[in-house]
Amino acid sequence: MTAPATATSPIAGADDKAHVLAGRPPIALWVEELTVSFDGFKAIDNVTLMLDHGELRCIIGPNGAGKTTLMDVITGKTRPDKGAVYLESRLHDLTQLTECQIAQLGVGRKFQRPTVFPQHTVYENCELALQGKRGVFHSLFARLSRAERERIDQVLETIGLAELKDRPAGLLAHGHKQWLEIGMLLALDPKVLLIDEPVAGMTQPEMERTADLMRRLAGERTVVVVEHDMEFVRSIARKVTVLHEGRVLAEGPMGDIQRDPRVIEVYLGT
Amino acid sequence: MLRLFQLHGRRGWMVVGAASLLIAVVIPLLNLLPRSFPLALPDYLIPLLGKFLCFGMAAMAMDLVWGYTGILSLGHALFFSLGGYAMGMYLMRSIAGEGVYRSALPDFMVFLDWKQLPWYWLGFNHFGFAMAMVLVAPGLLAFVFGWFAFRSRIKGVYLSIVTQALTYAAMLFFFQNAAGFGGNNGLTDFKRLLGWSLQAPSTKLALYVITAVALIGTYLLCQFIVQSKLGRVLRAIRDAELKTRFCGYDSINYKVFIWTLSAMLCAVAGALYVPQVGIINPSEMQPSNSIELAIWVAVGGRGTLVGPLLGALLLNGGKSWLTAAFPSAWLYVLGSLFVVVTLFLPRGLVGLAPLMSRLRKRRGGSQAMTPPESDRQAEDPVAAAAPVADVVPVANAVAAKEGVAP
Repeated sequence: MTAPATATSPIAGADDKAHVLAGRPPIALWVEELTVSFDGFKAIDNVTLMLDHGELRCIIGPNGAGKTTLMDVITGKTRPDKGAVYLESRLHDLTQLTECQIAQLGVGRKFQRPTVFPQHTVYENCELALQGKRGVFHSLFARLSRAERERIDQVLETIGLAELKDRPAGLLAHGHKQWLEIGMLLALDPKVLLIDEPVAGMTQPEMERTADLMRRLAGERTVVVVEHDMEFVRSIARKVTVLHEGRVLAEGPMGDIQRDPRVIEVYLGT
Repeated sequence: MLRLFQLHGRRGWMVVGAASLLIAVVIPLLNLLPRSFPLALPDYLIPLLGKFLCFGMAAMAMDLVWGYTGILSLGHALFFSLGGYAMGMYLMRSIAGEGVYRSALPDFMVFLDWKQLPWYWLGFNHFGFAMAMVLVAPGLLAFVFGWFAFRSRIKGVYLSIVTQALTYAAMLFFFQNAAGFGGNNGLTDFKRLLGWSLQAPSTKLALYVITAVALIGTYLLCQFIVQSKLGRVLRAIRDAELKTRFCGYDSINYKVFIWTLSAMLCAVAGALYVPQVGIINPSEMQPSNSIELAIWVAVGGRGTLVGPLLGALLLNGGKSWLTAAFPSAWLYVLGSLFVVVTLFLPRGLVGLAPLMSRLRKRRGGSQAMTPPESDRQAEDPVAAAAPVADVVPVANAVAAKEGVAP
């Protein structure tokens, strides 16, 4: 993945957009003219987003701005009316794939409410998330290799849950569950990571630790964070996209965004 | 192979070994003792026990889909019966020319004035073919049904209703004389299995031993599956299917796999059941049979393999005794047992074991011996988290069943 796909791309029409791609860093995720409506209500209205490799992007916006719907479309949970979502400069159109195919291509998602497998231990949660083959018969005979065990230990170390690895995940405290879910995403090792409100309901120290985890996640991967908490967004974001009523209202560095009068009017001012 | 030995620890293997020895060796030996010995097992009990073991197998198969994967099937009696019919068809064909009418056709076909064997009876005079069909016919049906049902994302109560409807439709079909499966009389008057007389006590004992061995094999196979990564994925699907999909597992493939396997195991149990009870007819597919199967699993303990087995053995033992002693009481006992288990024992009888050991610990030691807080925490919420909601349709069905009981 070095050069943007142009003439060699298997997708028809790739050449049309070659001029857009030329001369910019490789794209990790490209949301193109996306429209989603529910019973006539446009949850997302002609949204276009481009994310560079290794970028950490925050998406903010008031309730009902379409943030979660956008996540749903990217991960295959919701089908759009119009538009496309490309992974890696048009190699894959995600809107044609199922949730599990998208996950296998390397798009990970963290839900708003921490979702872990409650009756599996912390260790088993990481094992299930660990990158590898996902077939039925492979699972029947699969055993963890030494490298895989080391990888899980490393993840548990990173999220600070090594001591609790044999505990059923359903018994973890709220903050620990959030970290476990992030740990599962680390184990999945996705190229693009979508994170929905990671600090909702967290205490201040937990929030700082989460910000630290987020920064560590970005760099190798592309990370998209949807968040309400402005303090938190300020502490991690380099570039921010503001959604409002299903449209992109503004996009840019956090400093510019905070000064944008339109943004202040709909969001920050309140 | 190595992994098979690692299924249990040393103590676990000792328990499994002892239980296997009891059902597969000790009970047959007791039956072989001369009648005058005090512990001698009378001949009539052997097919009865064999029948219970078949139910135990079916219950374990049921638990693979319900307890481990969260799919409540109310149609497993269908797969059980199809396995039974495949065996019954072989038993009918193997005595061609010896029926009441001395015809090459089974008696009921002569009675219906059929001149020719229907095409779907061809081949059933070969034992190997019939045994293959025991697996293939229910397996194929389960695969096709599962493929469409799971792909359409039918879940929970809706799936239970659809499975029940499928079974009911099949029952109505098999009731028809024109279907070619003996109508409401089904298939009966079996005489020999591979040349061995089914009336001989030695054949009955052999069938019992085969059933016991099949049960032990089923247990080991299921244990292997639930302890593999596949088993962990199945439980993940049960607890959070969407999350499992976002982790990259195609839950539909997993569900179709375990559903089909469960149906095939159930069919094997049905095939072993038929020669021991001597008849298979469409009433085996009636709704209450599938529901009872679910109750054995719930009472014994979902999400374990020992639980359903115990549930099936205890409840059927209880049924045999109660229906003889107090014929009208059984359904009330069954119904109330199910309500009690649902409300107070979400993990079934097996869930009592940790409770008992804790009680014993508390009584044995001083007050200071109570387990540390973390231990207690570790046990309770898991029980609380066990899905209770999906038991409700069964509870309703049981209520309905009691309502129509005479």
